[in-house]
Amino acid sequence: MGDLMLGNEAIARGAYEAGVKVGTAYPGTPSTEIIENLSRYPGVYTEWAPNEKVALEVGIGSSIAGARTLVAMKHVGVNVAADPLLTLAYTGVSGGLVLITADDPGMHSSQNEQDNRGYARMAKLPILEPSDSQEAKDMVRLSLELSEEYDSPVLLRITTRLAHSQSIVETAEPSQVELKPYQKDAAKYVMLPVNARARHAKVEERRQKLEELAETIPINRIEWGDRRIGIITSGVVYQYAKEVLPDASYLKLGMTNPLPRRLIEEFVRGVETAYVIEELEPIIEESVRSWGLPVHGKDLMPRMGELSPEIIANRVLGETVSISHPAPAALPPRPPMMCPGCPHRGMFFELNRSKVVVSGDIGCYTLGASPPLSSMDTTICMGASIGAALGMEKARGKEFARKLVAVIGDSTFIHSGITPLVDVVYNGGTTTVIILDNRTTAMTGHQNHPGTGKRVSGETAPSLDLEALVRAIGIERVRVIDPLNVKETRQVLKEELAAEAPSVIISRRPCVLIDKTVRPPLAVDQEKCNGCTACIRTGCPGLELYEEKKVRINTQFCTSCTLCAQICPLDAIVEGGTANG
Amino acid sequence: MGKVVNVIIVGVGGQGTLLSSRVLAKAAMLNGFDVKMSEVHGMAQRGGSVVTQVRFGPKVYSPLIRMGEADVVLAFEKLEALRLMPYLAEGGRLIVNDLAINPLPVMIRAAKYPDQEAAAVKEQMKNSCFFNATAIAEGLGEPRAANLVLLGAMARYLDIPEPVWEEAIKATVPAKAQEVNLAAFKAGEKA
Repeated sequence: MGDLMLGNEAIARGAYEAGVKVGTAYPGTPSTEIIENLSRYPGVYTEWAPNEKVALEVGIGSSIAGARTLVAMKHVGVNVAADPLLTLAYTGVSGGLVLITADDPGMHSSQNEQDNRGYARMAKLPILEPSDSQEAKDMVRLSLELSEEYDSPVLLRITTRLAHSQSIVETAEPSQVELKPYQKDAAKYVMLPVNARARHAKVEERRQKLEELAETIPINRIEWGDRRIGIITSGVVYQYAKEVLPDASYLKLGMTNPLPRRLIEEFVRGVETAYVIEELEPIIEESVRSWGLPVHGKDLMPRMGELSPEIIANRVLGETVSISHPAPAALPPRPPMMCPGCPHRGMFFELNRSKVVVSGDIGCYTLGASPPLSSMDTTICMGASIGAALGMEKARGKEFARKLVAVIGDSTFIHSGITPLVDVVYNGGTTTVIILDNRTTAMTGHQNHPGTGKRVSGETAPSLDLEALVRAIGIERVRVIDPLNVKETRQVLKEELAAEAPSVIISRRPCVLIDKTVRPPLAVDQEKCNGCTACIRTGCPGLELYEEKKVRINTQFCTSCTLCAQICPLDAIVEGGTANG
Repeated sequence: MGKVVNVIIVGVGGQGTLLSSRVLAKAAMLNGFDVKMSEVHGMAQRGGSVVTQVRFGPKVYSPLIRMGEADVVLAFEKLEALRLMPYLAEGGRLIVNDLAINPLPVMIRAAKYPDQEAAAVKEQMKNSCFFNATAIAEGLGEPRAANLVLLGAMARYLDIPEPVWEEAIKATVPAKAQEVNLAAFKAGEKA
C-alpha cells in the first residue's frame, strides 16, 4: 500500500528518490510545500532564496556544478525568473534541472492566472504535466533524466488542484546519483553573442529531437475507447474528463511542448469528434488547428478560470447541474480577512483614518484593501508598491507625495523592494515607504526569509538588518514603530508624510500566529460603552455588535492586542475579560 | 464496481477542517479504497470559507465533486452549511456544527446573518443533523477538538470500521494531541 500525498509532497519525494542534491525556491501558493517537504529529506540542500530569480540562478549554478537540481515557484514567480530561464534554455545543463511552475487557474491565491505553458514554447523547452500525485512523483525523475539526456532544463507544470490534492503514491528507495564532474566549458556557459549564436543552433536541434521523442514517449498515450468522442487533454483536467466521460477515447499528453504531431493526427482521424480540453489558453488546440485537423476547443470551453467536471459535462454532453438542495437564500460571502490581533490592522486603521493614497503590495496585508479598512489603491506584483509610489509622485508632484505611502511586507521588500527604494533615493523621491515587518513570510504559511534569522531547515542564520540596509541605500529618515501602538503610529505617520524627504517606517511586530504569548481576552465595560462603534471600524473579528448598538468581545477570537481599547473614546474596553463581556 | 463516496467538509479558516479531511482520507485509504482529496491553502485560510473535498471508492478520477453529488456535507459552521447545500445529492446528508461565526460583511452590518434560514433547514430538512460540537469539545477541555467531534458524528454514516478510524487518527494527529482527539471522535460518534 502506498501513502496519501499532496501533489507537492509527491514532487518532493520524487526529487529525493531521483537523487536531487539542491532544491531552491521562494514561497508562493500553490508551490510552497515542495521545498518545505524536500527540506525534511536527508542529503538534500534546500533553501528559501530571496526571490525566484535568485532561486533559479542558484539552481543553475548547482546544475552546472554537476548536481541534480529542483527549483520551484508559483506561476508569477516564473516571470521574476524569466531572465535566467530564457538563457538557461541556451546553455543547457550538466546535472539535470527541473523547474516546477505551479500555476493557479481560478486565482485561488494569485493576482493573475497566466498559463505558463506559454513559457515552454517561448523558451523552446520541454514541459511535462502530471495528472495526479503518483504521476507528479514519477515525472520529477523523468524530467531530470530528460534534462540530462537532452541537455535542457525541463519545466514541470502543475496547477492548484494537483499541488493541493492528495492521492495515493507508491514510494521507492532513493537512487544513488553521483555528481557529474565539473568541467569548464565557456562555449556552453558564457553567453557572449558569439557563443549564444552557436547555442541557439543547438536549441533548434534539441527542439527537433524532442518533437521526435514526443511521438513515442510513454507519457503521451492513446487510450482507445468509444470512438465517437475523442478527448485530447493533459494535467488534472484529464481526471475531470475521465470522471464525466469514462468510456470515451483519450489522448493523454504528459508532455505538452513540443507536441506529437503524428500521434495527434492518428488520434483525431481515429475518432468521430475530437475535443481539446485544456484549462486557460488554447495552446494545444492552436497547434492542432494549424495542422488542419478538425477539433473542438475554446469554441466550447471557457478560456478563463478553472475547468471542472460540471463544465466538461455541460460543454461536451449538454448536461446541466441538477441541484436537489438549493441554498435557502442569498448568503453573505465570507472573504478572507486579517486575523484577530494582526499587527497590520493597527497600521491600516491609521492609513484609513488619514485618507492617504496607498500603493500596495503582495502579502497578507493586501487584505487591508477590504472594508472596513479599505486602504489600498494598487496591488500589481511583488515589489511594485515602491516604484509605483515614485511614479505617482513624479506624475503628480511633491504635494501628492504628502498624502501617499507605499506599503510592503518584510519578505516582499527583500524579494524585490530594495531596488525600487534605490530608485526613490537616486531620483529624488520624497515618498514614505512603510515596511510591514511581521518577521515572517505570513501569507504562504510562515516561511523563514533572510530577515528572520533562520533558514528553511530552522537552523540559525545571520539576520538581515533592515534599518542598516535602508540607511545604506541613502534613506536618512528611518523610523521603527509598533503598529499596535496607536499614538506612536499616528504621530510618526504624520511626521513622515509631512517631511519632504524619502523616508522609511519599519512597522515591526511579529505575526500574531507566530507570537505564542497567551493573554486573557479584553472585556467591554457595558456601563461606559455608548455604542459609537469606533472599535468596529478596525474590522477585528474579536469584536461583535449585538442588539443594534452594543459591542462585546468575542472571547474565542480576542488576542488582547488592545488596538480597540486604544481607539475607544470612552475607555470602555478594558483588561480582564472572562466570559462574554 | 462500487460507488464513489463524496464528502465535502467546510468551515471557517482556523477551525481545523483540513485535519478532519486528512483523517477521513487516511481512514478511507487504510480501508482499502482509492482516495482523492482536494484542499485549500493560502489566501482563503485567513478567516475565509475553507472547503475540502474527499472522494473514495474502488477507483477515483476527479479530486473535485460535482455540484449535486455529495453524499455528505459536514459543516463546521451554519452559514457555510447553507452555502454548500447545492453540492448535496438528493438524499445526501447534512451534518452541521450548531455555531454561527459572523463573516466580515455581517460584522460591519453590511449584511445579515441567515439565522432564520438556518433554523428552517434544521427543522425541515430530512437527513440534516445540527448539534453543538464546540460545546462537546469544550466539555473535553479542548475546544479546538470540535473538528474531531464532527468527524466522529459523520463516521456512523460511512462504511469504515472503528479500528480503522483509530489508526487513521493516530497516523494523522501529533502524538501529544492523540488522546483528546480520540476522545473527541468517540464523543462525536455518540452525539
